[in-house]
Amino acid sequence: MSQRSFFRGTSLLSAILMIVVLVLAFLVNTTALHDNTWLRVLFDISTINFALRATVPLILGALSGILCERSGIINIGIEGMMLAGAYGAFIAKVATNDWNLTASLLVGVLAALVIGGLMGWLHALLSIRFRMDQIISGTVLIILATGFTSYLFNRDAVAVGKFSDISIPVLATIPVVGEFLFQLFRKPPLTYLALLLVVVVHIALFYTRWGLRTRAVGEHPRAADTVGINVNRYRYVNTIIGGMLAGLAGGFLVLEAVGQFQENMTAGRGFTALAAMIFGNWNPVGAFGASLLFGYTIGLQNTLQELVPIPRQFVSMLPYVVTIVAVSGLVGRVRPPAAEGKVYETEGH
Amino acid sequence: MQAPVLEIRNISKHFPGVIANDKVNLTLQHGEILALLGENGAGKSTLMNIIYGLYQPTSGEILVNGKPVVMHNPNDAIALGIGMVHQHFQLVGVMTVAENIMLGSETVSNGFLRTRTVAKRIAELSHRYSLDVDPYALVEDLPVGMRQRVEIVKTLYRNANIIILDEPTAVLTPQEIDGLFTVMGQLKQQGKSIIFITHKLKEVLRIADRIAVLRGGKAVGEADPKTATQATLASLMVGREVILTVDKTPAKPQAVVLDLQQVSAHDDLGQPALRNVSFQVHAGEIIGVAGVQGNGQTELVEVINGLRKADSGRITIGGVEMTNATPRQITEMGQSCHVPEDRHAYGMVDSYSIADNLVLNTYYQQPYARGLSINTRAIHDHAQSLVKQFDVRTPSVETAGGSLSGGNQQKMVVAREFSRPIKLLIAAQPTRGIDVGSIEFIHNQIVAKRDDGVAVLLVSSELDEIMALADRIVVMYKGEVIGIVERAEATREGLGLLMAGVSA
Repeated sequence: MSQRSFFRGTSLLSAILMIVVLVLAFLVNTTALHDNTWLRVLFDISTINFALRATVPLILGALSGILCERSGIINIGIEGMMLAGAYGAFIAKVATNDWNLTASLLVGVLAALVIGGLMGWLHALLSIRFRMDQIISGTVLIILATGFTSYLFNRDAVAVGKFSDISIPVLATIPVVGEFLFQLFRKPPLTYLALLLVVVVHIALFYTRWGLRTRAVGEHPRAADTVGINVNRYRYVNTIIGGMLAGLAGGFLVLEAVGQFQENMTAGRGFTALAAMIFGNWNPVGAFGASLLFGYTIGLQNTLQELVPIPRQFVSMLPYVVTIVAVSGLVGRVRPPAAEGKVYETEGH
Repeated sequence: MQAPVLEIRNISKHFPGVIANDKVNLTLQHGEILALLGENGAGKSTLMNIIYGLYQPTSGEILVNGKPVVMHNPNDAIALGIGMVHQHFQLVGVMTVAENIMLGSETVSNGFLRTRTVAKRIAELSHRYSLDVDPYALVEDLPVGMRQRVEIVKTLYRNANIIILDEPTAVLTPQEIDGLFTVMGQLKQQGKSIIFITHKLKEVLRIADRIAVLRGGKAVGEADPKTATQATLASLMVGREVILTVDKTPAKPQAVVLDLQQVSAHDDLGQPALRNVSFQVHAGEIIGVAGVQGNGQTELVEVINGLRKADSGRITIGGVEMTNATPRQITEMGQSCHVPEDRHAYGMVDSYSIADNLVLNTYYQQPYARGLSINTRAIHDHAQSLVKQFDVRTPSVETAGGSLSGGNQQKMVVAREFSRPIKLLIAAQPTRGIDVGSIEFIHNQIVAKRDDGVAVLLVSSELDEIMALADRIVVMYKGEVIGIVERAEATREGLGLLMAGVSA
């Protein structure tokens, strides 16, 4: 009981914090509070934008982890899936540079999804069919992706163009907060998609047949098996979809955030996403809150550096320190799916 | 006469090296309770898994309502109106009752689960069979008896007409068993047919309409509960006469071996579990500790064995102070041995071979250890002789302990513990969940130890076991010793009152 109430408490708390930050951001950006340096650093629209941009790959990665782990497959290979997806998106984008920009970018997104899905399938194959330890299998994915993308990466290749912001002009017509909201919600398409996916995955997981079965398979596969559910099929499907989401996170980095591929460009985001998943107790909305927190600290380091007279490296450590503190404070409070990491063997002969 | 709802003809099931079912025939009539009786490993569960579509029979035929059927998986069985309540409940703890019940047969509209519709249906079923199941409760918050009812509703929700109950009473308290039997009666009245799998003779005689006995994978006979007795059933089950009472001479108690004085301890949650417990066990006598489970017996055994700290009080073994000594000190210096109540958690390593399991407490001593290395030859020979001596039925001593049947696992644990020179024997629930043949064997071993001059502390939640073995009976209630009774003066009623907290 204490566990559940703890999480209801934290969800509420994070919702309140989010609202407070938004209100402060609104005030700071529209009133004289903007003259206060600290407030400006913490709540300026650019900080918020940086934070949101850092959040997108984290939330996609965390959703990837949630899909896999809720069905019982541990996924520490998010980082590798993400990197492979980024590379796939880059190759596809470069190959279609002379196409119409939108079409070319969409091909990039598709490639990210396909490559990510393939990585997910490989993970499922290794863990289910070949019964490999899932931690090892995830590590294999990371090493595989790092090695292959570095080896294959052609430094002369250039991707031309990236996703641009989509504005919602209607927002500007709202009195008082309209202008602020208009500024805030001027984001490229994959950012909207990521936010939408949080809601979609949450609803799917808790209010549909697929979600009910996925959770049962991850908690007590034998119970699912005895009512005629094909445990391993659910695990395959979930791990593949999970791989696609991680691939999409990589696609976001190339096609929307940076515009190019760089060696090892995921730079630990897959692991931070994993931490966000745990911090969010394997719950999409919870993981979204955690991703925002981590994303905010990443966004903050850009502006904070100008202000605080300490070496840049320490400021850069901030997101990781926050991650470690957040996750280590949770020992015994979060509960992973019970059957996570265990090979399921049907009893039929 | 109506065709039987279920008929099994010449069903055989072969596993590599084992024939689990050998040409079994069985019929189940409409609205009857058929008890399927057999020892552990007699093939009951295999047979039921075949009927439920989890296993495919090697040969033979299954007829449902007179028509031959083939079942490839549980879905086929469910579609034919067969439901099964597994011995280990197949429920997801973190989900609600409604979610568990609809799982696999969800009601969906526009892609969304109709939990409210399902809950309403569960409430109806629950009302009709007086099951009192709350659809919105979280399964992990429910007591065991209630979880079993959820499993029963699960079969009813799928319109099962044939309900298989696999060892349903193994995990229940006597009150919960009464409740289950009432429910079974209700189901029968409403025209459901039930197969009730068990190895408990008393229960069979109480509830069954007909009894079929399985032994060594074969159906060896049927009995009518009106005329059968526990003794005839037991001999059918085991294939020979079974002595249900233990033959023993009066005890000849000698010096005090185990002495507890005012021992108090806490449980895992920090609540007081033992309050000033004092009693003595003499060499050559069996002290039975009776009580409803959860009244401090577990903690008592742990404190004596050094697995739990005593907060106050004194424990001496053979005159040596052993309060809060380490388990190894107690085992070696106290020459005590421990048959733990949960053999999987404390008594054995499931994945280790029988040979390795048999040296878990001596592996570091001669001749099993040679310097830093292990003498596999000695361990193997040791195992060979113990397996023979204690009748552990296994293909080889290199077989994993976890793959043995429950009775043989327990005999393995007993073999390890009894084969050392000991002065004190602590046996907690030594025969829980095992078959009649193994129970008889272990009981005789315990009495033999007593006659050799060992002090025996027997903790059991089965009053029959205490009555059969003990020379004196200590009754525990809420962590206190509420009474100590000589066996000769003990009656079931008197002990029952003490167990309920009514002191004389």
